[in-house]
Amino acid sequence: MLHAFGYWFTLYRRTWRGSIVINVLNPLLFLIGIGAGLGALVDDNAPAQIAGVSYAAFFAPGMLAAAAMQNAFLEGSAGVARAAGFGAYRSATPTPLTPEQLAAGHLLFIAFRVLIASGAFIVVMAAFGLISGWWALGALLGATLTGVAFAAPAAAWAVGVRKLRHVDTVFRFVIMPLYMFSGTFFAVSQLPEWIRPVSYLLPLWHGVELCRTLSLGSATITGSSVHIAYLLALAIGGFLVARITYRRRLHP
Amino acid sequence: MVNGRPLVEARNLTKTYPPRGSTAEFHAVDGIDFEVQRGESFGLLGPNGAGKSTTMRMIAATSPISGGSLRVLGMDPMRQGPQIRARLGVVTQDDYLDNELTVRENLHIYGRYFSLPRAVIRDRATRLLDFAQLREKAGDQVETLSGGMRRRLTIARALINEPDILLLDEPTTGLDPQARHILWDRLFRLKQEGVTLILTTHYMDEAEQLCDRLIVVDHGRIVAQGSPRELISRYATRDVLELRFRLDERDTAAEKLRTSALATGGNDTDGRVELLPDRVLVYAADGEAALATVHAMSLTPLTALVRRATLEDVFLTLTGRSLIE
Repeated sequence: MLHAFGYWFTLYRRTWRGSIVINVLNPLLFLIGIGAGLGALVDDNAPAQIAGVSYAAFFAPGMLAAAAMQNAFLEGSAGVARAAGFGAYRSATPTPLTPEQLAAGHLLFIAFRVLIASGAFIVVMAAFGLISGWWALGALLGATLTGVAFAAPAAAWAVGVRKLRHVDTVFRFVIMPLYMFSGTFFAVSQLPEWIRPVSYLLPLWHGVELCRTLSLGSATITGSSVHIAYLLALAIGGFLVARITYRRRLHP
Repeated sequence: MVNGRPLVEARNLTKTYPPRGSTAEFHAVDGIDFEVQRGESFGLLGPNGAGKSTTMRMIAATSPISGGSLRVLGMDPMRQGPQIRARLGVVTQDDYLDNELTVRENLHIYGRYFSLPRAVIRDRATRLLDFAQLREKAGDQVETLSGGMRRRLTIARALINEPDILLLDEPTTGLDPQARHILWDRLFRLKQEGVTLILTTHYMDEAEQLCDRLIVVDHGRIVAQGSPRELISRYATRDVLELRFRLDERDTAAEKLRTSALATGGNDTDGRVELLPDRVLVYAADGEAALATVHAMSLTPLTALVRRATLEDVFLTLTGRSLIE
């Protein structure tokens, strides 16, 4: 597994500077644009809707979780499909590494990437005074877990994908709607009543809630445990399925 | 190690792909037997889709067998895959090199997959880059290499673990003639050093150059086996006369030849006439004499060529089809 991780890490070492710049710029633009820009409008007009904190403080942890989801999904789907079709998995298959090790190594690397990107995001949040202390560490782990909960099932599916446009389709029709219905930009309580139960089933909602309550310091043991259990189940379940689908594709 | 036992032993080896959607169940490999001895250079010759690559994948322990038995280096590929793969070198049809990394980095990463210490990889990489004539390219990105260089790098990469067997799946397909000859030369050196080679090819000249012994496969079955020389003497005549006719004369000429003494052997033991889309082949012990007979029949071919029989002719004799369409 570590040798498979090592491959991805070698690639990353060539591009890490550029990738860190993106990791910092991305939240910076979002927090300035939406947090400060849209936030000024929200804070002036409807301050009661978001539990007495500034819109930026509400929005930032939601975006943290959603960004973790998006990064992890793209690497876990398009990245995996490419590696399985004509990339790293193909060159590693004739070596002693097993398909299961290739899956584990790649997922470990995706977790590492999400950790770095989320860390950069949280540093930017801290610079805006939106998070502080040990809560930041909790939110970092929460965001990473959110990423892995998406990457593992995505990888289990994508290792069998032969046409990259299928990844595009899933991104457009599954991942993008999750942004809207998981409380990223506004609280789920503002949605029509009948749609709320659906939101509570969405994995991103659990990621957003976990990161937001940790970041605002309002997390409860019970609440966080439920979110963590839900996300862990997705991550572990995804990995178990990936072990089967990886072998099916790489050792036909 | 496996005291005198063959490195690879296949008995009634079968690979069946289950039906998928509209495609029916498919027997890619349909009960084949063979053995490969240490130091031997063993070839699988056959057209595309004959089951060569599937057989190679089963030997490489990257595709489970469906039936029969297979031992590789005395081990069971189904249960000891990683241990077997640790001692094989595999050159796949597509090279799957990492374009973003340098030549040396590609070797390094690959060596790490075998858990080799970094210092060992460094030493071997230097030696292998010399062997593959890629020393000056060591620091270049793989993207910049030519097709022949890429293939040589793939072979160097497959040698990083000093394998007991080197598997090559169509090593020269898609290369220009000069690149092929350089590659053959490298493979011949390995053979001289006693490396056991197993290769698939649909090029007859390649099999004749590199293989001590080969099996000819078609539709997942073995149709003949032996050394290239043996196969040619058993299934073909010494000479082959290739004739081309004007299109409007071709059919009548072919018909005349087919009913002549040339087709039934005449003074030869097993002469034969084979009609191909673009030319007519006359198998004969003495090609010049056969050509004289053709002229005596007052046929006037546009071109006539007398050559030695090759494995291509063996395949044509056995299956009635050319290897390369």
